[in-house]
Amino acid sequence: MAVIRFENVTKIYPLPAGDVTALAGIDIAIEEGEFVLVMGPSGSGKSTLLNIMGSLDVPTSGEVTIAGKRISRMDDDELTLMRRDHIGFVFQQFNLIPLLSVVENVEYPLILKGRQNGTRERAQEVLRAVGITETHFTHKPGELSGGQQQRVAIARALVNDPDFLLCDEPTGNLDSKTGTAIMNLLDRMNREEGKTVVMVTHDPRMTEYADRTIRLVDGKVVE
Amino acid sequence: MTFFDLARRNVTRHWLRSSLAVIGIVIGVIAIASLGIMGNSIGLMFDDMVSDVGDTIIVSPATGTGGGKLTERQVSDIARAVGSNDVIPFSSTGDKIAVGDKESVAMIYAIPAGDIPSLLELESGSYPKDTGGGCLIGSKLAENSRENGLKLGARVRIGGETLRVMGVLKERGMGFDINPDYAIVVPYAWYSRHYDEDNYDQAIVKVRDVNNIDAVKESIEQKMNRREDTVTIMDTRGILESVFAATESITVFLAGIGAISLLVAGVSILNVMLMSVTERIKEIGVLRSIGTRRGEVMRMFIYEALILGLAGALIGGMLSFCTGYLVTAIFVQNPDYLFDPTSLLYIAFGMLFGVVTSVASGLYPAWKAAHLNPIQALRYE
Repeated sequence: MAVIRFENVTKIYPLPAGDVTALAGIDIAIEEGEFVLVMGPSGSGKSTLLNIMGSLDVPTSGEVTIAGKRISRMDDDELTLMRRDHIGFVFQQFNLIPLLSVVENVEYPLILKGRQNGTRERAQEVLRAVGITETHFTHKPGELSGGQQQRVAIARALVNDPDFLLCDEPTGNLDSKTGTAIMNLLDRMNREEGKTVVMVTHDPRMTEYADRTIRLVDGKVVE
Repeated sequence: MTFFDLARRNVTRHWLRSSLAVIGIVIGVIAIASLGIMGNSIGLMFDDMVSDVGDTIIVSPATGTGGGKLTERQVSDIARAVGSNDVIPFSSTGDKIAVGDKESVAMIYAIPAGDIPSLLELESGSYPKDTGGGCLIGSKLAENSRENGLKLGARVRIGGETLRVMGVLKERGMGFDINPDYAIVVPYAWYSRHYDEDNYDQAIVKVRDVNNIDAVKESIEQKMNRREDTVTIMDTRGILESVFAATESITVFLAGIGAISLLVAGVSILNVMLMSVTERIKEIGVLRSIGTRRGEVMRMFIYEALILGLAGALIGGMLSFCTGYLVTAIFVQNPDYLFDPTSLLYIAFGMLFGVVTSVASGLYPAWKAAHLNPIQALRYE
């Protein structure tokens, strides 16, 4: 069964200067365990696609099914719970909460889910799995290198065991060596843990990690 | 880690800004509590001044009837009407008094010797009896006439007859019935003999249970004024109530001034919280995108306002004891009023008001944070 399914999805932004069509009738199906790249030039609708896949936005028309649930007519709270329970976000700028320590950042989604016990242990377990050592657990995110911060962010995305990881240029803020290490980590999560990964990127070198690439031009899928 | 914990960390992250906002609340709480305590103490002071006579009914002859006196018979009718409550009839007059060769004029109250102890307290000496020539002098009279020789044990001549001062009365303050502080009190038997007078000016009814005042009044009314009005009945409670009402409105007015300072504090909290929301737009976007619901974001910000409010209320409450002490010591000269439950209530009230103001000020910023568009918030730099 497809983890993400788009059926004839359009997204139109009404602007004073006239409507802008960001997505013009898109059909996509991403199966469980796939590693899929989304590529395309600026203004091709990548961000819009990412927002809808991430349940941050809903389409103007068409049907989007994520983890078996139709999101088109969900309200804000339902969309929030979709993000919490089914999607793991990884951002270009890591976006960790500066007030919280490394382990608390990873623990946070568990607490959002209302778990009372074992949250600390689970967070530590996932941190170790992404290659963060004990000594860094109590540090604040700002005390870590970019590569380490992104690892913590991936741990945070994984901790609630989501249906897929949604990565927005995860190596965009890292040097190439660290970027490769992060890609290897995502690759390992995909191959060994069977995590579905959807990644938006500009970087053509990333195609080597992916099972397939969805290319967007002017709000349409071109191949 | 909870939302409350997160809020606490956000408050301490900008401790200087938070402290300034807290100071606003502290000042507001102190203002409300101190001004409230001050108003309340003025009320308590009035209360103390008049409480001695708050249980008193005064029966006077109705105007325009038989010489304006109460007869012995009328007094015993009143006594029957009021049951177990004390009826103390009295007469008063002014006369020349002389101690040695020093003459002056004084107010003279004549009260049946047996009733004097239930109405007046002694500072020193003993109560006079109906037989024998003893009298009492008021505290102020004693104070002012000491060098004239009018003191305990002195002989005082009233209208040509000599009486001995057997006791000095305790200061009683201003009363609605009699004002003996500057007067001489003599047994009624002596007065009756000396002035050849059998009737009384007025009668004081001491009601044991203040709640019965209306019933007792009604009972006298029934007994004495059934056919025609023979007596006028006045109770001091009615007078007291209007005094209390006046002091209460003073208290409310003073506390209102305090409330204005708290309002200013509320605006400063609003400002601090709005700044905090604007600074954290990106962070709020992240929290929302990883699954924090609107209500949870809102709760987090309201907790921040609550923490500021609680801190301000606690500090303000403690300091209010000091300012309350000063206020009661300086303005009403009796710090004991601070520890009266009704005064302490103003501290609690000020604290409650401080917390409520903070939370109310935090509502809009919290709502604003919760309703940010997560996509735009994430992109915000």
